[in-house]
Amino acid sequence: MGAAASAAAAWVPSRFAIGGEAPVRIGIMLPYTGVYAQLGENITSGLTMRLKATGDKLGGRTYELHKVDSEANPSKAVDNATKLVKGKDVDFVVGPVHSGVALAMTKVMAKSPKTIMICPNAGADELTRGACLRNVFRTSFSNWQTGFSMGAEVLKRGHRRVVTLTWKYAAGQEMMAAFGESFRKAGGADPVEQLWVDFPDAEFQPVLTRIAALKPDAVFAFFSGSGAVKFIRDYDTALDRKQIPLYGTGFLTEGVLDAVGNHAEGIVTALHWAETLDSPENRLFLGDFRKTTGRMADVFAVQGWDTGTLLYRALDTVKGDTGATKDLIQAMEDAEISGPRGVWHMSKSHNPIQDFYLRQVEGGRNKVLGIAHAQLEDPGTGCKM
Amino acid sequence: MDASFVLIQALNGVQYGILLFLVASGLTLVFGIMGVINLAHGSFYMIGAYLAYWLTAKTGSLGGAVALGIPIAFALGLAVERFAVSFLYGQDHLKQVLLTYGLILVLNELQRMLWGSDVHSVPVPEILRGTVRLTETLSYPIYRLFLSAACLALAGGMAWVVRRTRLGMTIRAAAADRETAGALGIDTDRLFSLVFGAGAVLAALAGMLAAPIESVAPGMGEQVLVLCLVIVVIGGIGSVKGAFLGAMAIGLADSFGKTLLPETAGLFVYGLMAAALVWRPQGLFARGT
Repeated sequence: MGAAASAAAAWVPSRFAIGGEAPVRIGIMLPYTGVYAQLGENITSGLTMRLKATGDKLGGRTYELHKVDSEANPSKAVDNATKLVKGKDVDFVVGPVHSGVALAMTKVMAKSPKTIMICPNAGADELTRGACLRNVFRTSFSNWQTGFSMGAEVLKRGHRRVVTLTWKYAAGQEMMAAFGESFRKAGGADPVEQLWVDFPDAEFQPVLTRIAALKPDAVFAFFSGSGAVKFIRDYDTALDRKQIPLYGTGFLTEGVLDAVGNHAEGIVTALHWAETLDSPENRLFLGDFRKTTGRMADVFAVQGWDTGTLLYRALDTVKGDTGATKDLIQAMEDAEISGPRGVWHMSKSHNPIQDFYLRQVEGGRNKVLGIAHAQLEDPGTGCKM
Repeated sequence: MDASFVLIQALNGVQYGILLFLVASGLTLVFGIMGVINLAHGSFYMIGAYLAYWLTAKTGSLGGAVALGIPIAFALGLAVERFAVSFLYGQDHLKQVLLTYGLILVLNELQRMLWGSDVHSVPVPEILRGTVRLTETLSYPIYRLFLSAACLALAGGMAWVVRRTRLGMTIRAAAADRETAGALGIDTDRLFSLVFGAGAVLAALAGMLAAPIESVAPGMGEQVLVLCLVIVVIGGIGSVKGAFLGAMAIGLADSFGKTLLPETAGLFVYGLMAAALVWRPQGLFARGT
């Protein structure tokens, strides 16, 4: 009898729960310590700002947040995700930043089809390809997208002999492979040479000497954080960027422009957002973020904000009924999101189909030149839902 | 591959090696003389870089930052020696490793509290800002040449102090036999404080001088620590001469490895260490040579 009653209760949509409505339970699993702490903070700020902007209601219900520090540590990912999914019985998990953590989390998500994971950053291609789960969505980007968006552009600018350079780890390898793919698709040849540096090594002098000896038409590179700061400065000092121009994925120049000074002027990259993107949504967002946090918004804050929009839109469609998982997933698949980065929607494998903007560093800012690749879709290879 | 390419790569390797030597020399000195494995040595390097960033912004010049930074680093080294490391003299190395690992965490947290988790850079001083044209496509920053010269001068100065001065003699005596030296009237407690402080200064000074070509960021100490441990193991624990040759070997292996075999460059450094250990397990120059 008791079992039957609880089974029946499980079927009753939570908005009809006896004794008033239960809040929507949202787990947040982001790094709040370590090198990715700032990313975790900015994603969280973007998300909570967006939820506040809806009057703190999702599909008519209140919500509560349960935060866990992911520490960007893959070996703790399964424990942390289980703590939220089983321990806190959350309806949604928002996270993580780190790709290794994301892939480990999918093991937990595969066993809890009623909980929905929304990844607001990690770019591993695998997450929306091989891992392929109905209840896993990504609101950020795939590494493939960030590399692919620049291939045709670099060739169009007349550079045929190109050297690629990145850290030898999954993200860098995926970006460079995608760059090569679009470069060849546009009629170019294979890179003259693919150079690698072990992650997170930042001694670039030997590879810069190698590039000088190869004399390519251009270099396409990806580094981030402190590695990017050192690379951009070293490149500019060792090589003449008029002779050998430097291109990169958008993350090369994200968040480092203050530290590199004028060494980055003129570098061209592509990303799904830019702080100089001139749209009412973006202007409003930049102002709000500055007012709320006192910091300059970045692409991570945008990803947090758009995650909030997706949650809001999906729960609105199902009128707050988190028990109706099928309809909820359908609503997320169908949602057309309009935010600071522009308009985007989910691909069949749950990765954003979005514009990649062509940006050039000018006066210490990533200035938008145009669109490098409109509504770019990750092929989602190997994912059939 | 032509001759100029090989020469420039050798220059890269030597320049990198000399910088690594400056950091590793402090580590091997403290180990050789005091028998203490100091894992927090890399943190002094990081703190040096942050001091350069902070004090350059305050004083407007790197020279001013170095002048102010050296006494700060020395005081920090003395404090760490007095309140933490001094309890572990003569104890087993596991305890030293645990304590100094804990110090890494404490110093990292201190860095975060004082300076935050952002990445910073330090401008190259005006007079050292130019570059030397090496080939039609490649330029070499003058600051890197200056850095090598400064590190070599420091290495020379260190060798002179240890070999030729009275202070150096007492240091060598205390290292060889602490109790006898004490019985002969050498204040070994003070001497050990001094040596530990000097080790901290060497690491911090390397961090300060490298700051204009490095990015000043959290965690930069751990990366350099790993390389220094490799260098000390290759060179022979406690040997300054060994540290110099070890640092040169690592610098050159890194520079040629990255360009000749880019796919396996990271393994080069550790392959070199493995080879050195197979050939001479005690390191190229064992302690006391």
